[in-house]
Amino acid sequence: MLSYIVHRILIMIPTLLAISIVIFTIINLPPGDYFTTYIAELQSSGEAADLAKINFLKMQYGFDKPIWQQYLFWAGGLLHGDMGYSFAYNLPVNQVVGDRLLMTFIVSFTTILFTYIVAFPIGVYSATHQYSWSDHALTLLGFLGLATPSFLLALVLLYLANVYLGISIGGLMDPLYVNQPWSVAKALSVAAHLCIPVVVIGTAGTASMIRRLRANLLDELQKQYVVTARAKGLPPMKLLFKYPLRMALNPFISDIGSLLPHVISGAAIVSVVMSLPTTGPMLLEALRSQDMYLAGSFLMFMAFLTVIGVFISDLALAVLDPRIRLQAGRSQ
Amino acid sequence: MTDLLFAGDAPRDRANAPPAKPSEPLPHFVSDAPFDPYLIEKMTPAQERFYMASEWRMVWWKLRRHRVAVVSGAVLLVMYVSILFCEFLAPYGLDTRNTDFIYTPPQIVRIFHDGRLVAPFVYGFDYRLEMSNLERVYTPNPQNRQPLRFFCRGEPYRLWGLLPADLHVVCPARGGQLFLAGTDRLGRDLLSRMIYGARVSLTVGLLGVAVSFTLGILIGGIAGYYGGWTDILIQRGIEVIQSFPHLPLWMALSAILPVSWSPILVYLGITLILGMIEWTHLARAVRSKLLALREEDFCTAAVLMGARPSRIIGRHLLPSFMSHLIASATLMIPGMILGETALSFLGLGLRPPMTSWGVLLIEAQNINVVALYPWLMLPVACVIITVLAFNFFGDGLRDAADPYH
Repeated sequence: MLSYIVHRILIMIPTLLAISIVIFTIINLPPGDYFTTYIAELQSSGEAADLAKINFLKMQYGFDKPIWQQYLFWAGGLLHGDMGYSFAYNLPVNQVVGDRLLMTFIVSFTTILFTYIVAFPIGVYSATHQYSWSDHALTLLGFLGLATPSFLLALVLLYLANVYLGISIGGLMDPLYVNQPWSVAKALSVAAHLCIPVVVIGTAGTASMIRRLRANLLDELQKQYVVTARAKGLPPMKLLFKYPLRMALNPFISDIGSLLPHVISGAAIVSVVMSLPTTGPMLLEALRSQDMYLAGSFLMFMAFLTVIGVFISDLALAVLDPRIRLQAGRSQ
Repeated sequence: MTDLLFAGDAPRDRANAPPAKPSEPLPHFVSDAPFDPYLIEKMTPAQERFYMASEWRMVWWKLRRHRVAVVSGAVLLVMYVSILFCEFLAPYGLDTRNTDFIYTPPQIVRIFHDGRLVAPFVYGFDYRLEMSNLERVYTPNPQNRQPLRFFCRGEPYRLWGLLPADLHVVCPARGGQLFLAGTDRLGRDLLSRMIYGARVSLTVGLLGVAVSFTLGILIGGIAGYYGGWTDILIQRGIEVIQSFPHLPLWMALSAILPVSWSPILVYLGITLILGMIEWTHLARAVRSKLLALREEDFCTAAVLMGARPSRIIGRHLLPSFMSHLIASATLMIPGMILGETALSFLGLGLRPPMTSWGVLLIEAQNINVVALYPWLMLPVACVIITVLAFNFFGDGLRDAADPYH
């Protein structure tokens, strides 16, 4: 087990390295950089740019150096937690990001929890009642969930929640609490505002999870040991929960890895629509204004989260499912 | 033992024949009909059609039994044919502005007038500006009956940008209006714009899949064929790409597209971006299938008969999992359509002179629209129908892809 963990961690290093190179390339691809756009903007409005400051920043962040040195500088900074400098905000990225990362984390975590809680009973129900009317209805509902663009669902739900439940539009809490210290009322307000984004972001993931759980469970239910157990007279519920369900649960664990990118993607666009104080809108803004360190460090952070997620889910899977071999078999 | 062997005719023989003594030979019968060794193997034409069917024919038979998939396939076919004839199907042009009719709600086609069945018509609008909140109020006026015209001469257009024509399936009455899906803030007919938008929205997925199909087969094929270090490297690369959240990566990539590009270039760029990330799933599928099939007997047989690798891959390996690939490619299209919609909605994808469903949805970006002009969200219905149809069709195709099962 220990060697497996070490092996996995060792694999993560080149993976993260490759990811960082890809990200750095992407954020450097657009022609020009933040400063050229900035200076051009100032000049077009007839103002003089503070060249001394810009030159200082350029020097400090090595914009005059060759590209690979810039990369080393950026990646080296990341290693000891310096995510660079956001030129648009005039602040280190760490400070810009701070609270938003926490919010992103809260939203993502709640969404995954929501996905599990909803998908589990529905998946089990529709597998045990295969081809019943309720199964068909749930399947259709799942497909609809996959097909509806989340941003529009978010808008409609926001509107409905405002009209019927009186929840203020946009944001993660009532405007009253924005700059207040944390309190019970604030937490409740956050919880109420969290409902819609969580439902919206979770819909697609929940739908696919239900389908996968249903398919897995159906496969298991057809196996001979289930027939044997049934023939022996095991009570149906006990039979279901004790054997096939445990086998069908693997996607719940192995999916953390693939769920995370989806949740983060979904969160990105839904937060733009709902103007949530998460990382999504900020990323969009940073990409538009070529605020490269902000965008790059964000992307890097998300990819890092995902890699960690996959790692954890692999470990959990290895612990929980004895059939999984720790030494990866040699592929021919 | 004999009972078992002649189980079919034993009782009759026993009844007819006298009890044989052990010393006498058993009575037997020899047919004098000419002997034809192929008699048994001759099949009726129907049987022949069934047993000798090609794989694709069997896929088709199996797909046909999946009713939802067939219906979805038909819907998709209609949609894709319709994008060839947008100009003909749409009552108005893409950018025709009806400045007197801004934000009109959808009109309803009626066929009953005074309790009698008449030709389809719509009610014209009475327009009034609510002075308290400057809201435009349109009320249908039952006195103003506007019968629709079919296969009529209407707004002139150029079919495929070439042939000048002015024939439409349906036109408003002379001097009347026909806004079956309402109009937007410039008074453009939303239904016509949705019909035109299908052109981009439906093809973006196809082109994207074409890109990822090529990449997937090529890279997956290389990984599966060469194995070893190449395989490991490619596998790691795929893992890297898959560990990115798609949407932020799409956002980053489409932010690269220069603003100065023409809409058509941006469109191609977006399809390329969509395709460049999705190919990983296909590559994995190709690789694992290649690895599994390489060990099959028919492959060994081909090697022993001296076939070259290119022939083995092209003639024996690829065709045997092509149906699977096509099925999974079909299931990738809806993701791309949704991706394009999301990107355009965020303003990172296609830009307004180009019209797609996502671009149309930009109009529905704020909560006021939901409250005041909900019909501007109608393009989403097209998106949902298309994505649903692709999902059902792809599901059916995937089930049918293994017809021997």
